[in-house]
Amino acid sequence: MDRRQFIVGTGAAATAASLAAPAIAQGAPTEVSFYFPVAVGGPITKVIDGYAADFAKDNPSIKVVPTYAGTYQDTLAKVLTAHKAGTPPTLSVLLSTDMFTMIDEEAAVPFDGFLKTEADKAWLKSFYPAFMLNSQTGGETWGIPFQRSTIVLYWNKELFKEAGLDPETPPATWAEHTAFAERLTKRDASGNTATWGTQIPTTGFAYWLLQALTIAAGGTLANQEGTRTAFDSPANVEALTYLVDLSRKQKVMAPGVIDWGTTPRDFFERKAAMIWTTTGNLTNVRTNAKFPFGVAMLPAGQRRGSPTGGGNFYLSKTAKPAEQEAAVRFVRWLTMPERAASWSVATGYVATSPAAYETPAMKEYVAAFPPAAVARDQLQYAGAELSTHENQRVVKALDDNIQAALGGTKTPDRAMKDAQAEAERILKSYR
Amino acid sequence: MTTRLRDTLTGWALVAPAMILLVAFTHWPALASFWESLTSTARPRRPSRFVGAANYEQILADPVFWRALTNNAWYALATIPLAVGLALLMAVWVNDRIPGRTFARVAYFTPTILPMIAVANIWLFFYTPGYGLLDQVTGLAGIPSRNWLGSSETALGAVTLVAIWKEAGFFMIFYLAALQGIPPVLAEAANLEGASRWTYFRRVQLPLLMPTTLFVLVNAIINAFRTVDHIVVMTRGGPDNATTLLLFYIYETGFKYWDTAYAAALTVVLLAILGTVAAIQYGWLERRVHYR
Repeated sequence: MDRRQFIVGTGAAATAASLAAPAIAQGAPTEVSFYFPVAVGGPITKVIDGYAADFAKDNPSIKVVPTYAGTYQDTLAKVLTAHKAGTPPTLSVLLSTDMFTMIDEEAAVPFDGFLKTEADKAWLKSFYPAFMLNSQTGGETWGIPFQRSTIVLYWNKELFKEAGLDPETPPATWAEHTAFAERLTKRDASGNTATWGTQIPTTGFAYWLLQALTIAAGGTLANQEGTRTAFDSPANVEALTYLVDLSRKQKVMAPGVIDWGTTPRDFFERKAAMIWTTTGNLTNVRTNAKFPFGVAMLPAGQRRGSPTGGGNFYLSKTAKPAEQEAAVRFVRWLTMPERAASWSVATGYVATSPAAYETPAMKEYVAAFPPAAVARDQLQYAGAELSTHENQRVVKALDDNIQAALGGTKTPDRAMKDAQAEAERILKSYR
Repeated sequence: MTTRLRDTLTGWALVAPAMILLVAFTHWPALASFWESLTSTARPRRPSRFVGAANYEQILADPVFWRALTNNAWYALATIPLAVGLALLMAVWVNDRIPGRTFARVAYFTPTILPMIAVANIWLFFYTPGYGLLDQVTGLAGIPSRNWLGSSETALGAVTLVAIWKEAGFFMIFYLAALQGIPPVLAEAANLEGASRWTYFRRVQLPLLMPTTLFVLVNAIINAFRTVDHIVVMTRGGPDNATTLLLFYIYETGFKYWDTAYAAALTVVLLAILGTVAAIQYGWLERRVHYR
């Protein structure tokens, strides 16, 4: 079904919802400035502009002005700069992990103050609980899930068959994952490797990929208040050891640090038989893989697990109350099941509420392309993404040490201890 | 109005546009950075206050800063002589009447006109383990695949090579222009005297090129501290800070961690380093340069 028809079809429902919302003074439309980043392929800006136009049809008293602001990093920089200059965008989409940064800069206001009725409160409960982990702290809701993702495993069915493995069965446990990777790794006589068994990228978001292992090992990297980390707990060290051993001991993963950006390409070129990457790459892989592939939940250690990722809506603290009110209405309109479904189909992001998967459009999409449901099914095992005060600094301390362990300059144990010491130093003043 | 006053006013009016731009975008920001480096970064509950040299003490104790400084020193030590030497070699080569001279000149100059971001992306593909160009070539010779950007031992060398490749062509243009300015009678005289090609280069061409060399050196040094675009694209300073250069660290501190006061202090350190180098160049080296 065409997306536009589909939105028109659900227009009636949207109007009903907007009638229930508190009336906003008539006259000149309230303007809601809205900054958003683009982090995946496809005509995202067009889709967002379309949503804003459709919203304007249902709500003539509000004018949403979307602005494409670059990467997540750029968008945060622009929002904070505008905030310091006194003209912040009313609404923005930023990483869910930027929550503490936004709080510390006093740039965001919780949504709770705008949600008064029972229906309002029910709306907060309509999202997958896993997505709310990085959206709430201290009993307040600072972010509303919008473009969210998790990590999944993609595997090459052709290479599985060549290695004598069942092409329909992905590894279910860490032990199986290692064993499969050993069978899938192809080496020639002179020691060159044509295909690596598995690939877990470690640039850019090393901590995020490591977190897929720490959650599975039963570890927790940071507390919900973002003031304390536990990088050197036994479970977390075990997770890093598993990662490092794949590359340095079993030699089923390329040595050194593996680039995040070229990982999908390595998969297309059959250089890696299994890769771990975001669900946001689903459409990319579907378009470019010249062989049958599968998408699976990550293999389990003590348990299954993956961190969530991606972006939330944030509300500016210094915008006028009428604008904030209007922005909340736009957010509610955008997160309705039908629209969440259309956004998921257009981008590959996980739809943010169970209700979205019950819509006809989503059911049709999942039926035609079952891998689209894997990320959703994995959500029940998902944990919060690492997020603390001074997040970028703490994350860098961890990233640097993961890379040092992969390079062999530190043991996993030493690396996690060093990262913990550095994080401790940074976070001490926040307790 | 006296003539003298009018001359003075005209003079100031003529330099004013350049002055205003320089003061607004160079001198004032430099002074403002220095002032900010003596304060603490403003946080909502902790407004900015005067902290004296605290930021500088933090720099001395900051292992990432020292790592960045060491990396930058190696980076400069490798890029400057190699890029300048290569430029000179290429210029002398394409200055002679060789077949396909124009083609060679264009080929050498091409890297310069490409944006650094594009260059970095091209080299990212060269270095990709497995199917990257470099590995495909070495693979033919049976040399095992290497993860050039992914291991601490090779990453800095790999990004240094990109900078040399990018800059040599640019410097070549200056040398080429200077070589064309050397009167041909000198070559003829050297020929009559029976001087070898090497003697002619060493005794005649090289001394006459010294003013150009000084100019190129100044640029090469500035570039060694200024060009970080390819770091952002290729390694983001990793693995484990192996390719973190000073300016990249300043960018990270300022716009990723939002520790603007500390970033200002780092900027002042960078300015001091560049200022010292420039003073040495213009004070000492320039006196040894032969101007015609």
